Amino acid sequence: MELESKIIKFLEDFLKEELGESIELSLESKLFGGEGPLDSMALVNLVVDLEELIEDDYGKTITLADEKAMSRRTSPFSRVQNLIDYVQEQLNSDNNE
Amino acid sequence: MSKIFLITGDRKGIGRSLSEHYLSQGNIVIGCSRSGSDLEHNNYEHLICDVGDEKSVKSLILHIRKKYKSIDVLINNAGMASMNHILTTPVSTFDKLVHTNLKGTFLFTREASKIMRGKGGSIVNFSTVASPLNLEGEAIYASTKAAVEKLTKISSHELSNYNIRVNCIGPTPVYTDLIKAVPKNKIEELLSRQAIKRLGTFDDVKNVIDFYCSNSSNFITGQIIYLGGI
Repeated sequence: MELESKIIKFLEDFLKEELGESIELSLESKLFGGEGPLDSMALVNLVVDLEELIEDDYGKTITLADEKAMSRRTSPFSRVQNLIDYVQEQLNSDNNE
Repeated sequence: MSKIFLITGDRKGIGRSLSEHYLSQGNIVIGCSRSGSDLEHNNYEHLICDVGDEKSVKSLILHIRKKYKSIDVLINNAGMASMNHILTTPVSTFDKLVHTNLKGTFLFTREASKIMRGKGGSIVNFSTVASPLNLEGEAIYASTKAAVEKLTKISSHELSNYNIRVNCIGPTPVYTDLIKAVPKNKIEELLSRQAIKRLGTFDDVKNVIDFYCSNSSNFITGQIIYLGGI
């Protein structure tokens, strides 16, 4: 729950900074692809900023844009819920430190 | 104004000379190599790092982000050379050269750029004249450096939006450990193909890097300068 609210707040702040407008997000909100608000460069910035946030707040170095993320049928970056699930998965993984 | 330099492979040779040079100008220098350094200075910190190991690089950059907040200049100096005929080059040599020269440059460029994104910065990569001269015996070494040149060119475009400039220097042989095992006739053969036929010096290398890192060079990116006239 803490992770969920942290990521939603991060995304809302990020979108405000990136797009210059306030967007209230739900777990179903689209992020990238389709009608999502992010273009590819914004996605690059989001990945880097979010990795940094996780590093600072959880003391874990995670890699969000890895082969696993790219090869999934449902992209972790398509919706807010998918992204939260993916970050949680990465935090639970032993491959990250 | 003082800058924060990150210089890879600075335990000895050109890297060490660059660290001393930028420290003498009042900058902060963070150096790294696979083993410890005896360079001591109030504005110097040495970190142990295998430049081609992702975890090692990420942990070093995290330390820098927390302690220094930013990096102004990254010098991807760490490098490894090997001279061998292609028919007798072990695959382990190939792996080591790619690991240090190409993967190391890539990892440091990627991770340091994440910190530089805020206020911009300058990245200097190392190639070699062996690449444009197609030197026999240097197939793998020169190939990794040719790849570094391509990395320089493309990353200069991808990182320009972040105000990060990426350039590359291609030194002639400079008398360091890297070339001491190269036969004298091979060095002379190489020098004969340069416009100015002499070995390079640390000062020749510093001069080009000073130029790349200067605030006045803010329109210079994606460039490769070879010493000696190739």
